Amino acid sequence: MAVSVLALSFFGWVRSGAARPADAPASLSGVVKFEGVALKGTRIDMSSDPNCVKAHSTPVTTEEIVVDANGGLANVVVYVSDGLGTATFQPPAQPVVFEQKGCQYKPHVLAMQANQKLNVVNDDETTHNIHPTPNNNREWNMTQPHGMPLEQTFAREEVAILVKCNIHPWMRGYIAVFKHPYFAVSDKNGSFDLKDLPPGTYTITAWQEKLGMKTQKITVGAGEAKTLDFTFKQ
Amino acid sequence: MIKLTGKVAILVAVLWSVNAGAQESHIGKLVGKANRGKALYVRYCIFCHGAQGDGLGESAPYLDPKPRDFTKAVYKCRSTPSGSLPTDTDLYDTITRGVHASGMPSWKPLLRQERADLVAYIKAFSSAFQEEKPGAPVSIPPEPASSQDSVKRGGELFQSMNCWLCHGKDGRGHGPSSATLTDSKGYPITPFDFTSGTHFKCGDSDAEMFRDLVTGLDGTPMPSFADAMSEDQKWDVVHFIRTLNTHAKTHAVAKNEPKAP
Repeated sequence: MAVSVLALSFFGWVRSGAARPADAPASLSGVVKFEGVALKGTRIDMSSDPNCVKAHSTPVTTEEIVVDANGGLANVVVYVSDGLGTATFQPPAQPVVFEQKGCQYKPHVLAMQANQKLNVVNDDETTHNIHPTPNNNREWNMTQPHGMPLEQTFAREEVAILVKCNIHPWMRGYIAVFKHPYFAVSDKNGSFDLKDLPPGTYTITAWQEKLGMKTQKITVGAGEAKTLDFTFKQ
Repeated sequence: MIKLTGKVAILVAVLWSVNAGAQESHIGKLVGKANRGKALYVRYCIFCHGAQGDGLGESAPYLDPKPRDFTKAVYKCRSTPSGSLPTDTDLYDTITRGVHASGMPSWKPLLRQERADLVAYIKAFSSAFQEEKPGAPVSIPPEPASSQDSVKRGGELFQSMNCWLCHGKDGRGHGPSSATLTDSKGYPITPFDFTSGTHFKCGDSDAEMFRDLVTGLDGTPMPSFADAMSEDQKWDVVHFIRTLNTHAKTHAVAKNEPKAP
């Protein structure tokens, strides 16, 4: 299940000097494709917790590689990895939501800005522990029974932090943290959209949890809307 | 040129003093110094924790659980909330107490000053202690007396909070998820066996068990229950866990129950 999270906010962009018309924002959109034989997700056995079993009427599979009928690859984080110089960006006021539903993470892959609020929600009739295992951020590990409010944050950029629930070992999700707002997660068709980019030359990276990273260089002029596709092969 | 050299010298002196400040520990009135701690570390700690403090000392391959990697600055036994650095006193207490069911012995035979110096040296392995401050220590309210009702409620919470999925219904650490657990460095880790005795990883008292429930043991799968349970509920769980110990016949519950008239 792919949920696209676009936390692009031009509002949060701070840069000295007044914006000139030549700074009219550009945009980049495209599709992430998968070529090859995609392994079907592995069936998840939730029998250790009856509350998880009862949340599903059909068998549940892992979400490592999710491809649609046209080869669109979901859950790929596409972001500007170079070209923004020394510009700094304030986190948006809006929190991002990471949900535990049916003993799975929704979305499976989430992208957010550093120091943006992360609102963790437990919709399940069971207790989870949410345990990010970062390399570049502080590690925390919080128990969350049904309905308990939980707000956390990550201070530093990191692509991407593996999030586990140790109680339910099949639960795995990823949170990508950026110091700028130019990132997107491909939706169930593999589509992504990077909006409000300042004109410039950028390195764009696509990250997938199993397939790794791909990068491309692209230059966008003021007000330009360009397309950019990525293909992962296996 | 002389002027410039002077400026550089001042800069170096300033940086040195900043650095030196960070390489101290403060445990009550005790001030530990990293430069003194180094010799002690090389003598006592290096075999397990390694010269770089990364937990990859000579003995590390033979140890389970693995020695702490000081470069990550993630510590199990803290008085501070999950995700924050431990206080100097937390590290000092761990060195003093040792860590039960691990290779880490009690270093109480060392002088208090020596333990404080070791804390300062251990902190110097990670820049985290210079970049961040430890969180505020969690508060531990007075413990209500244990009772059969408290133990019963604790047992229900042990179920509903899913403690049993790792620690097992009988508290032996054999819950259905137990075989899947790893520490944050990827090494397999077993949930604590509550039937094994009266010693626990981060201290043996009820208050320390309460604190562990609030802080969690960072770097392991054991989460913080800070907002997941009320204070009374946490005490109930502590009282319940005490009943899982099959080795001690006399137990706090019996002791605290009102005597029959």
